[in-house]
Amino acid sequence: MADLRLTGLTKRFGALTAVDDLHLEVHSGSFFALLGASGCGKTTTLRMVAGLTEPTGGQIRIGDDDITRLRPYRRPVNTVFQSYALFPHLSVHENVAFGLRRRRQRDIDRQVADMLALVQLDGFGPRRPAGLSGGQQQRVALARALINHPRVLLLDEPLGALDLNLRRRMQIELKRIQTEVGVTFVHVTHDQEEAMTMADTVAVMNAGRIEQLGPPAQLYDLPGTPFVATFLGQSNLLAAHSEPGGENGELPVSAYGGRFTVPRDRCRAATATVYLGVRPEKLHLAGSPDAVPPGHQHVAGVVTDIAYVGVSTQYLVRTGWGTELSVFAPSTGAEERPELGAPVVAYWHSRHAFLLDRPDGAGDRTAPADLSVDVRA
Amino acid sequence: MPYLLILPAGLWLIVFFVVPAVQLFATSLYDPSGSLATGYAMTGDLGNYPRALGDYWPQLLRSLGYAAVATLACLALGFPLAYAIALKAGRWRNMLLVAVIAPFFTSFLIRTLAWKTILSDTGVLVGLLRHAHLLGADGRLLATPFAVVAGLTYNFLPFMVLPLYASLERFDRRLLEAAGDLYAGPVAGFRRVTLPLAAPGIVAGTLLTFIPAAGDYVNAQLLGTPRTAMIGNVIDSAFLVRLDYPSAAALSFVLMFAILVLTVGYLRRVGAGALDAVS
Repeated sequence: MADLRLTGLTKRFGALTAVDDLHLEVHSGSFFALLGASGCGKTTTLRMVAGLTEPTGGQIRIGDDDITRLRPYRRPVNTVFQSYALFPHLSVHENVAFGLRRRRQRDIDRQVADMLALVQLDGFGPRRPAGLSGGQQQRVALARALINHPRVLLLDEPLGALDLNLRRRMQIELKRIQTEVGVTFVHVTHDQEEAMTMADTVAVMNAGRIEQLGPPAQLYDLPGTPFVATFLGQSNLLAAHSEPGGENGELPVSAYGGRFTVPRDRCRAATATVYLGVRPEKLHLAGSPDAVPPGHQHVAGVVTDIAYVGVSTQYLVRTGWGTELSVFAPSTGAEERPELGAPVVAYWHSRHAFLLDRPDGAGDRTAPADLSVDVRA
Repeated sequence: MPYLLILPAGLWLIVFFVVPAVQLFATSLYDPSGSLATGYAMTGDLGNYPRALGDYWPQLLRSLGYAAVATLACLALGFPLAYAIALKAGRWRNMLLVAVIAPFFTSFLIRTLAWKTILSDTGVLVGLLRHAHLLGADGRLLATPFAVVAGLTYNFLPFMVLPLYASLERFDRRLLEAAGDLYAGPVAGFRRVTLPLAAPGIVAGTLLTFIPAAGDYVNAQLLGTPRTAMIGNVIDSAFLVRLDYPSAAALSFVLMFAILVLTVGYLRRVGAGALDAVS
């Protein structure tokens, strides 16, 4: 059942269209992430659901109720603000009790105590927000919103102000709390790792529209657009052309004179002008073409950069055409370690490649002098 | 080191405030039967206080009453103004602030005299009010309590607006969004969030308005009559006209004491809590 449904939602600020005819369904009880770079319209979307920004057009429904024009204080949603926006003149207890008091609820003290226990802030009730750490303030903001049992909880970059370690801990914590209370979470973030670790469904937003929507693993494994392929993790994208024919469900592709194949069910392109995409960790290095295992495809090149980052080593391989491919080799302890300048071949299995539409022949400059490939790594 | 920093202002206050205050207190204990010609005898007589209070308690109460009404009027006018300047004025903010302070470029006396013209029986304002039957045919504004309170309100408004502005300027309007998100409508949001966070400014503004207004005598002198005389007028005439120094000194201390008691009571009731609300 869809709990939150946006239909044709649009917001224009003067000549700028921040949110462009957005259609979206968020299922009841799910953890939904709106992921995008700053300025993509994700926060505007969230604010329209909260009632803090008025839509130019479209409709917002929660369950069967149209809330598009409701004042914020009449909506069954609550928000965890990016800045937390805790009331500095009220204690933690009164901050959390604020919504209950406005609705003249009973048994406030017990509810607040339970909620503070849920966010692991037992005993912090009498403190003032200014005396808390960033992570603790974040928990108060969460408790203050959740205590009202919203139909939908909106989280606007909730972990943005925390340092990396704390952010990781809070990601796990938020997920635990969401599972425990079963409330629908709609989470806005620019951090793809945050979106992927927590959300059941991720919608990647770009220029006011949703580029792709799905479970994180699916988006990562088979991105639908070049934007998603490069925003959600990294991708090597080779400008290519798909060729007619092919057998065994494999689609032939040519790029810079080389011939490759991609499974038909991994082709998201509608035209023959395509990007051939492979994730850097799906690329492997070998000393020569003879060492490439059967069933794999390869290109030859030279190692131009090596960066050791602990869990893996990141290589840049310059191909014969002048393109640089990014290769992540996990530090398993058994791997070969090519040296800088060494000739190598980078190989991948066709089931790890994907084909995307290449808009307007981008990267399609095939003059012999400049065989550059549009590689976004 | 901190003592060194306090020293210049401290010396100034000792020479020009503490010493005269002690002297004034001594004067309040002089023998009231003395005069400038015969000189005053220091009798240590506390009787000046009950005598002064017995004679002039109506003016004292009137002063406190006028000052209180003027303070409330300043708050009613000043809060929306300060709110608008701090949160809504955008690039006009500095210009509006200058406009609030602009009256100070003219002397206090001249400005109050100008109100005499504005409120005069033959002035435009009275004419309009009579025409609209809001004022009787022989009704007047000048020489009424209204005129005195209006003058006080006008003259002390900037002292209300500036501290209010200072506390509202730091106000984070996102807190109102949060309040709205938590089921507080505009009224509840104002009462539960804006008002408590503006409390330090309200406390400072009301004190800065009430204290000088209670001791003021210019407005009552220029815009009022003997029937609207404030305690400042009584002290003024006792010092300068009747040359009754002991009574004048005693009244000065009574006024100071009254204001002190009211201020401490006020701060105890609302101030202390309000002032540490945001710390």
